[in-house]
Order: sequence, then C-alpha cells, then structure tokens
Amino acid sequence: MAPALAWLTALMVVPCALVLALAFFRRGTYGGIEYTFTLENFGLVFDPLYAGIFLNSARIAGTATLIAVVIGYAAAYAIAAAPRRLQPVLLFFAVLPFWSNYLIRTYAWIVLLNREGLVTQLLRWFGYTGEPPSMLYTEGAVIAGLVYNYLPFVILACYAPLSRLNPELAEASRDLGASALTTFRRVILPLTVPGIAAGAVFVFVLSIGNFVTPALLGGGRFQMIGNLVYDQFLTANDWPFGAALAMALIVIMLLVLMAQAIAADRASGHAAEARSNADG
Amino acid sequence: MTATTPRHRSLKISSIALGFALTLSAPAFAADLVISNWDGYMAPDAMAAFKTATGVSGEVVVHATNEEIMGKLVASGGKGYDVVFVSSPFAEVLNKLGLTEPIDHAKVPNLANLYPEATKLPHDVGNAFSVPYTWGTTGLCYRSDLVKVAPTSWSDLLAPSDDLKGKTTMLATDRWLLAAGQLDKGYSVNETDPAKMAEVKDLLISAKKTLLAYDDTTFYSKLVSGEALLVQAWDGWCNYGIAEKPEIKYVIPKEGSDLWVDTMVVMKASEHKDAAFQFINFMLDAKNHAWAAQNIDYKVPNKPAMESLPADFLAKFPNMAMPVADLVKFEQLRDVGDAQRDYSKIVSEIKAAQ
Amino acid sequence: MLPKREATPMAERSPATRRTLWLVLSLVFAFLYIPIAVLVALSFNEGGLPTAWSGFSLKWYASLTGNSEILSAALNTLIVALVSTAIATLLGTLLAIGIEMRRQYGKGLEALIFAPMIIPDIVLAIALLSFFSMLNITMGLHTIILAHVVFNLAFVCSVVRARLKSFDWSITEASADLGASALTTFRRVTLPVILPAVVAGALLAFTLSVDEFIIAFFAAGAGRASTTLPMQIYAMIRFGITPEINALASIVMAVSITALTLSQRLNRGVIGQ
Repeated sequence: MAPALAWLTALMVVPCALVLALAFFRRGTYGGIEYTFTLENFGLVFDPLYAGIFLNSARIAGTATLIAVVIGYAAAYAIAAAPRRLQPVLLFFAVLPFWSNYLIRTYAWIVLLNREGLVTQLLRWFGYTGEPPSMLYTEGAVIAGLVYNYLPFVILACYAPLSRLNPELAEASRDLGASALTTFRRVILPLTVPGIAAGAVFVFVLSIGNFVTPALLGGGRFQMIGNLVYDQFLTANDWPFGAALAMALIVIMLLVLMAQAIAADRASGHAAEARSNADG
Repeated sequence: MTATTPRHRSLKISSIALGFALTLSAPAFAADLVISNWDGYMAPDAMAAFKTATGVSGEVVVHATNEEIMGKLVASGGKGYDVVFVSSPFAEVLNKLGLTEPIDHAKVPNLANLYPEATKLPHDVGNAFSVPYTWGTTGLCYRSDLVKVAPTSWSDLLAPSDDLKGKTTMLATDRWLLAAGQLDKGYSVNETDPAKMAEVKDLLISAKKTLLAYDDTTFYSKLVSGEALLVQAWDGWCNYGIAEKPEIKYVIPKEGSDLWVDTMVVMKASEHKDAAFQFINFMLDAKNHAWAAQNIDYKVPNKPAMESLPADFLAKFPNMAMPVADLVKFEQLRDVGDAQRDYSKIVSEIKAAQ
Repeated sequence: MLPKREATPMAERSPATRRTLWLVLSLVFAFLYIPIAVLVALSFNEGGLPTAWSGFSLKWYASLTGNSEILSAALNTLIVALVSTAIATLLGTLLAIGIEMRRQYGKGLEALIFAPMIIPDIVLAIALLSFFSMLNITMGLHTIILAHVVFNLAFVCSVVRARLKSFDWSITEASADLGASALTTFRRVTLPVILPAVVAGALLAFTLSVDEFIIAFFAAGAGRASTTLPMQIYAMIRFGITPEINALASIVMAVSITALTLSQRLNRGVIGQ
C-alpha cells in the first residue's frame, strides 16, 4: 500500500496543494511568481468578466448535460428493455466509442460540420442549393461535441439502476390504474435517480473543465473555464490567477458532487415511497 | 508569426524527413543543439546541412505559438533550449527576464548581411540580444474571385459587407488581434490608454458577431477551401494561399500595418553557446537565408539574400518585393510591460463576449 | 433490498412500444457511430477529402509509415503507456489488496483513490506543471510517465478491488496455517483469483494512457523526444487537416478498441468502473 499512497501523495496531493498556495501569490510583470501574499487572485475570480465566463461555462456544460441525460436515459431504458441476451452486447457497443481517442472523436465533428463537410454535402444531395449553413464554430457545435463525447457514460450510469428495476413494481402500478406516464414519473424515475445523478455529474464536471472542445469546435469564439485556465498557464503566464481559477473549478466540482450525494440520498427515500406506492 | 507548411510541401518534407529519420531517431536524445522554431519555418534539411558545414548536430523542436514557447521558457528558465525563434516583443520580454544571452557579434560575422535598417530596429537597436530572421506586415488576405469589392481598409474586416458576414477570420494571438482594432481607430499598435483601449475593445466585440472564427493556424486552408473569404493574415502566410490559389491576394489596409519581426535568440541557460552562435551565423548565410525566403515565402532582412530572389518569384508574390524603406515605416509591436495584463483581460472580454 | 430482476423484456411489450424502443436504440447508435464510420471511410478515400469519394486507396496509411514525426510520437506513446501501466498495475494491485485485506475503508483513503479519477484533467495538468517546474525537474517522457501512473493506479486499484470484494480471505489464513509463506500464499492463492482483474485493469490503464492528451501536453518537455501521439494529433488538427490524420485516427481507434475488448472479455463489467 505504502508505495502507491506515497505516489499519489507526491504527484497529486502535493502538486494540488502547491497550486492552492500559488493562488495566494502575485504574478511578476513578465510572468513568474512574486512571493507576496495576496487575495487579489480570488477577488479576480469574482470580477464580472471572469464570473461571467464561469456562468457561461456552466450554461454550456449544463445544456450538454441535459441533452446527454435525456438521450442517454432513453438509450439506457431501451437497452434495459431489450432481450436479456442482447443487453451486454448493446451496452458494450454503446460504451465502446468512449474508449477511443477524445481528440479523434472531436475531430470527427469538424469533418462533419465544416462548411464543405459531410452535412453540407448531404444537404446538397437532397437538393439544397442555398448557402451552406454555419454549423462549425458555433455554441451548438461545442455542445454537440460534448454530448457526443460523454454520452456513453450516461448510458452506462443509467443502465445500472434501470436493469435492476423490479418489473413487478411497474406492473403493480399499472394494475392499480396508474397511466404509463404516472408509473414512469412516480415509480421508475425515482428509482433511477442515482444513476441519472452520477451520469449528470460526470458530464457536467468534464464539460465545464474542458478546453479542447471549445478550442477545436468553437473556433476560439467561446471561452470556457478550461480555456481560461489553459490561457493563464500557457498564454498569459499568470500562474497565480490560473491557480485560483483551478481552485474555483475544484470547488464547483465538490459542490456538484455534494448535490449528487444529496440527490442520491433523497432518491433512496423516494424509492421507498415509490415501492410503497406500487405495493400499496 | 505562426507559420506552417502548406500541404503540398509537407508531403515533400515528409519524404525528405524519412531519409534521415533513421539517423535522427536514435541520437535525437543526444542532440548537441536544441532549436525551437515554428513548424515549417526553416529548411527541413537545415540541421543536416548545418552538421555537414560545422560538424555540430542538433535537433529542431516545434512550437505552435509565441505564447506556448514563452510559457515553457519561463517555466524552465530556458533550460534545454539553445536557440529559440520568437517574435520581437517576446524576445524583449525574454531579455527583460534575463533569459537571453547577449549576441556575440564577433561570432556571427554574417550579421553584415542584414539590411542597415534591420540592425537598428526599435525593439533591439544594435542586435544586442536578438537577430531578425524574417519580417513583414499584417494585413488582409482575401479571395479576389469571390469578394464583390476588394478590401482596402481594416473596416472591411471589422464591419464587413453582408456577403462577407460569417466568412472572415481574425488572428487569435492577443497582440495582433488588438492591432487590427488599434490600427482601424488610428491608434498606435502599442496604445495602452484605457479610454482608447475601451473603444478598441468595443469595436472588436462588435466585429466578433460577423466572424467565422479566431484562427492563427488554419486560416490559410479556410481561404483555399472557400470557408472564409477575407482573413487577417501575416503577409508570408497569405503567400501560402497565393501559391495554391492565385486568386488569393494580399493587401495592406490604408490605415497601415504593424512591422512584425521574428527573431532568433540564444538562451542564457544554453550549454552550447558557441554552437548556438554558429547556428545563427549559418542561418544568416546569404544562400541559406535566400532559401528560407523562397521556400517559406516570408521576407528576410538579409540584403544579398533578397537581391538573389528570381524575378518570377517576386512577380508571383508581390508583397515579397516591398521596399525595405516602406516596410520600416510601420510601427513594431513592443513589449508593454504591466499593460500586457490589461491586454490579456481585454482579449478575454472579447473572446467571452456573446 | 429488492431482488435482482430485469425489466420487462421487449418481447412482452406492445408492438408499438417495441418499435419505439428499437427506434431510440437505432438513432442513438447512429449518432455514436456515424462520425467514427465517416472518419474510417475517409481514411480509405483516394482524394482524402470529405467532399467526394474518389476511389479506394491505402495511400494515406502508406504515407503514415513514412512520417517520421508520427512514428516517433507513436513510439513515445508506447513507451509511456507500457511503463506507466506496468508501474500502475503493480502499485494499484498491491494497494487494492492492502485495503481489502485489512478492510481499511477510511473516508480520506477512499477520497485519495477516487480523486485522480474525478479531478478535472486540466487541474491535475497545471498542478504537475507547477510542481515539476518549481522543483526544477526537466520535463520529458519520464514526467509524463510519473503523471500517468497517478490516474492509472487509481483505475487498476478499483478494478482489482471490485474482484476482491467477493474474495474469501479465510482461504489465505488456511494457507498460512498450513505453513505457506506470505509470498507463496499470494502466488498460489490470491493471485490466481485476482489475475483476470489485474490484467483487465492493466489493459484499461494502457488504453487510458495511450489516449491521454491534456496531462501529457502540460507535463511534456521540449520537442519531439517527448511528443506523444495525442499531442501530435492535436497539432495536426490545429495546423490544417491533412488526410493522413484519418488513417492515423483509424489505427489509434482500432488499438484502443482491441485493448478494451480484451479487457472486457477478461473481466465483465470493467467498462463501468
């Protein structure tokens, strides 16, 4: 155990602590670090400009999360409802793309969406003659890229609780006269909240800290926190401010994880209720 | 200036590279000299030729942008690098940080090849810490066959006519992005007055609405494919487009341009300073520098090299023939010290604007 | 707890519902696979451009083999992936055994092991960059390896732990009672049980390492000596797209997918962790 723990401590805990410490220093005129204690970097995080970038990132990440959860849940539901012997195969192929290179999957969208790309070709083939639509370098492209990249995880996270659902619960609910929609809303959904929450947290956390997708699919027109952190370290050479931004990112991550824990906790309460709804 | 290799050339380079890949792959770790340059910004066989000429072996590593290499140099104190190619304001910063080695003129006799104007550039009068490698202007590169009216002003890019909306790109690098706005407003490209910079910022935010993308690496291919019709470009970069599509043209807007200078600096942390100076001297050799001009399509500040360029080459790329006296009339981008932080913030605001 | 039962199979649902479910599945799979399929198809396109199919050709694959930058990047990636996987597998397995054998489930310990899997890449990347540059450590392939072990170790550990949950530790006590040394017990009793999980974890770590870009990008040193394949791919995408990248992408995908399929066969359900 000791070597592994030492490794994690030396190369994760210490560096992260270092970043936290960095955030309290001042940037030198030409980059580098001036060792004077200051809180201004944290103040700067709340500057309307940067706070705005945080909010905008949260909005883009939130939209991607919402879409991924809706599609992913539907897919997971369909897989869980497929014949039993097919389920592992379907699940495997749903998750497989997730393990291919992230950059390549993002690049595929450049190929699809650029003005002379496949989507335009397809439109022309269907007889469209007008100007090719602008799809690449839009917020939509960034969101599509994020959804595409993280969807498999949502499918996986939602499949686990769906596959464990007791079909008798739904039957009982229907026998008691509940509509399919009510059954879904009152019985199935509450029981699968933990899976949804886990999938959503994953997509949100990875999206909000992403810098590759906005850089490649956003054409530099969309600033997200990930890009901002990247810029502070590799462009503006303002490491202390970059460190403060990274810490803010960690705080957001922890808040989201806490929200997930609460949702899962509530869900187990609701689940009991759902069961009694169905049984009673 | 970000330079990259045009497609047709990169294939050729790959095949040449294959030639010495085997010899290079093993000793790459033991290279005597480490040169950092933009991709495709010097002869692919330069290191092999340098070795034949001097017996010193070296490795070229590639950086994508000035900022990227600056980040690495500041982080490492320049350790691991001998000669670095950066644009002049960045060379100034390296010098102020004490990371550059003074140029030993006795060891670089080919400095005599430089135009007199290139030895007294404002950023480094007398070539104390940097040696200019290429220079030129930043202007507009466009598809003359697809735009209705040829652009003449920065406003044609910043407030484009309807047919160009969504088909323009601007450079992503802080200083050149701001320069477009500063020049349009008639300000210095080193303007730091907050009120004036606020105007520049508003102008560039409104320009963003009609922009396809911020791009300083692939705008050339966007122009060739027709994805973009009018782009902010460095002159040499536009030449890549012209080489592939003669309909592509370059123009310096009537409000002017900056004079950009890409330089070579020697790192103080270098353990091979003599070899580093030898390398710079080698690059300044009239024949080698002429090769660069003719193959990367950027103007070089080397008098005999420029005078050796064939007439048909100059006819094909008219901006290569620009007289030096006209070129040096433009203002250089300079390091602005603490105001750089304001510049970064303004650029963040522009890029974050909806 | 509810008994483990599956949802009503499609067969028992109304035809309309069944059709809807299959439609959902088809659309999702189309969404997931069309972009990849397009890339692979284009890698065989003579012209190499998405604009037109100009005939089947392997020339982009051939030109890859002549690209020294890509070959050296591929070699670097292989070195990083193999070395970091080897270290991570050893350390991660020992960690998993240590935790499960002693039943030490401290909250802090769990967080420490969970953290590398959830910390945003960019944060770990800048943390390592700051750390290495402050200690004046020259960065290169070795620093990428050090960094990759961090998250690989966590993944291996969790895969092996999942296997150990159902392991009956009294067997090892019995083995010890019979006079076997700790090492013999490990080799003859524990290892055979967890071996599939160890190999699965190693393959998973290998896949992660081959594809990892952000941390490698920040932890890399100067130049080609520490440029990995994902870094090369990123540069290729940023610097104008050449058709070679489609061929390269297809190969990289094939490698990752093969490693994952093997891992999955060895240890069912590993994907989810």
